[in-house]
Amino acid sequence: MGIHRGHQARPVEWLAEKFIFLVSLSAIVMVFLIFLFVAREALPLFFGETNTALVQKPIPTADLEKLSPAKLQQYLELTPAQFAAMDKDTLKSLMDVKQEAQDEVPEEFRNDPDARINTTEWRYLVLPHQWNHYDKPEYIWQPVGQIQKYNIIPLLVGTLKTTLIGLLFAVPLSVGAAIYVSQMARPKMREIIKPTIELLSGIPSVVVGFFALLVMATVLQKVFGYQTRLNAFVAGIALGFAVIPVIFSIAEDALTSVPRAYTQAALALGASRWQTAWQIVLPAALPGVFAATVLGFGRAIGETMIVLMVCSASVMSWSIFDSARSITTTIAAEMAEAVSGGPHYRILFMLGALLFAVTFVSNMVAGAVIQRFKLKLEGKR
Amino acid sequence: MPKLNVPEAKINSPGSAALIHIESLSLYYGASKALKNISLTLGEKVVTAFIGPSGCGKSTLLRCLNRMNDLIDNVRIEGSCKIGGHDIYSSDVDVIELRKRVGMVFQKSNPFPKSIYENVAYGLRLHGANNKAELDGVVEQSLRSAALWDEVKDRLHSSALGLSGGQQQRLCIARAIAIKPEIILMDEPASALDPLATARIEELILELKKDFTIVIVTHNMQQAARISDQTAFFYIGELIEFDSTAKIFTNPAKKQTEDYVTGRFG
Repeated sequence: MGIHRGHQARPVEWLAEKFIFLVSLSAIVMVFLIFLFVAREALPLFFGETNTALVQKPIPTADLEKLSPAKLQQYLELTPAQFAAMDKDTLKSLMDVKQEAQDEVPEEFRNDPDARINTTEWRYLVLPHQWNHYDKPEYIWQPVGQIQKYNIIPLLVGTLKTTLIGLLFAVPLSVGAAIYVSQMARPKMREIIKPTIELLSGIPSVVVGFFALLVMATVLQKVFGYQTRLNAFVAGIALGFAVIPVIFSIAEDALTSVPRAYTQAALALGASRWQTAWQIVLPAALPGVFAATVLGFGRAIGETMIVLMVCSASVMSWSIFDSARSITTTIAAEMAEAVSGGPHYRILFMLGALLFAVTFVSNMVAGAVIQRFKLKLEGKR
Repeated sequence: MPKLNVPEAKINSPGSAALIHIESLSLYYGASKALKNISLTLGEKVVTAFIGPSGCGKSTLLRCLNRMNDLIDNVRIEGSCKIGGHDIYSSDVDVIELRKRVGMVFQKSNPFPKSIYENVAYGLRLHGANNKAELDGVVEQSLRSAALWDEVKDRLHSSALGLSGGQQQRLCIARAIAIKPEIILMDEPASALDPLATARIEELILELKKDFTIVIVTHNMQQAARISDQTAFFYIGELIEFDSTAKIFTNPAKKQTEDYVTGRFG
């Protein structure tokens, strides 16, 4: 028998290895493709190719020959592929349509300065603007109407509000439960509590949202006595319920995997169970608990249904007792009515890409922080 | 096996008073009896070695002395174990107070993932010490007693996990003696160490004997012979023989003891 290497020695194992390598690779490819798709749809926005100004100076159809192809394409709001497929007659009739659209602009907008603004420019997306009939500059998300207002700040604030309330509610509860279950509960208790909390993650978020909408909103309003029944606070607490099982499950694993030797050493020094859990086990499990929190953050910021059901008015307010509209909610609620390829559509995709980037960056930062924690615990720093 | 009639051991070291009285102590894990009717008296500031083959109950008995067995479910104990005349299993005993008086060093070194300083200071902080100067003093003194000070004095605030295995074990000893217990229990403290590190631990035990009562479980019979004053030999949950180390290793009364210490079984 000769010496064989690689696929010649064990062909089946070689094949299996290559196959699972491809499977693991496919995850990376999928993530990359999704991001590519989302970003591509948002791209015209970044290049300033969208124009929402209601009143535009129409170019006479007769000037068709004088325009450069790039300018014409932008004027007609066409994609390069669409533009390339059109002959001169089609372009002409499109220019006529454009002219007619301008003629049909209602009288009241003719002298409205807002009607001449391209609201998809960056300054209107992120900075407050004093719209006609308003007393002061404001952040407004109002994608429907003659003058579409696309300020994304109310959505960012809404996302931040609901996510942070959710985490502030869920992290102490779930980490506390994890400490109890992993360090203090008797085995029988543990066998009941752990699967029950994890079962919570199996509840569809639409059901959680429904429960929050009908029951929690009323109860919380009675307890706290605020004005708006459906607000970011209720949505945040409901989000918390969706996040608790995620954080609990991972934090509990992290706490359980802290070596028994640490616990024994602390107890032998005369520490109580509580002191051992709080002063020795929790610090040793901190990387895992932090990772659990980051995952919970990802779940909370990406959760759509609960916030959509509980509250979704895009008001600009930092008060947790006002309504809020999160980014995901906006995408889910508005994508169906946005004209494919239009400015609204592009902005929704831009929000998707933004969400993707936020999650990506927060995961990377968290990864680096966890690595530092670990090295510090292991005494390598 | 015939019922052995174990005499209450004499205290051999001159000038030492009895500190630990174990009287007809039996321990059950669920239905199985792991310790059978053990009676033993250990003197103050004496090193006692528990020897015997694996599963003979020597570690279990050691863990009775600071009630670490409480952590295991389904453990039941009969008989009494008195330290300084007080039954540690009576209901008015505060386990935390007991463990402060009876320190423990484990088989595998288990420093906390904290700095060297914090490892030693942890027990002190637990028992209410907060004064920085006081902590500094005790930490230094404990590390000196554990023969570790010179090696770590320049990196007290770096992680304890960066130390070698032998240093870690000496750190665990420093941590145990920092809270000034009367008794130190050692559960095979050198079994995971190389011969040099083992020798250092043994020297340390002989040094610590001046201030502490030490009970050590060991698999290594040469070690027991080198460091202990008295030796107790256990076999399947029973105390077979308890006498001065010299007698156990040179002229044991029981055939089983002789077979074990001469390496015929175990």
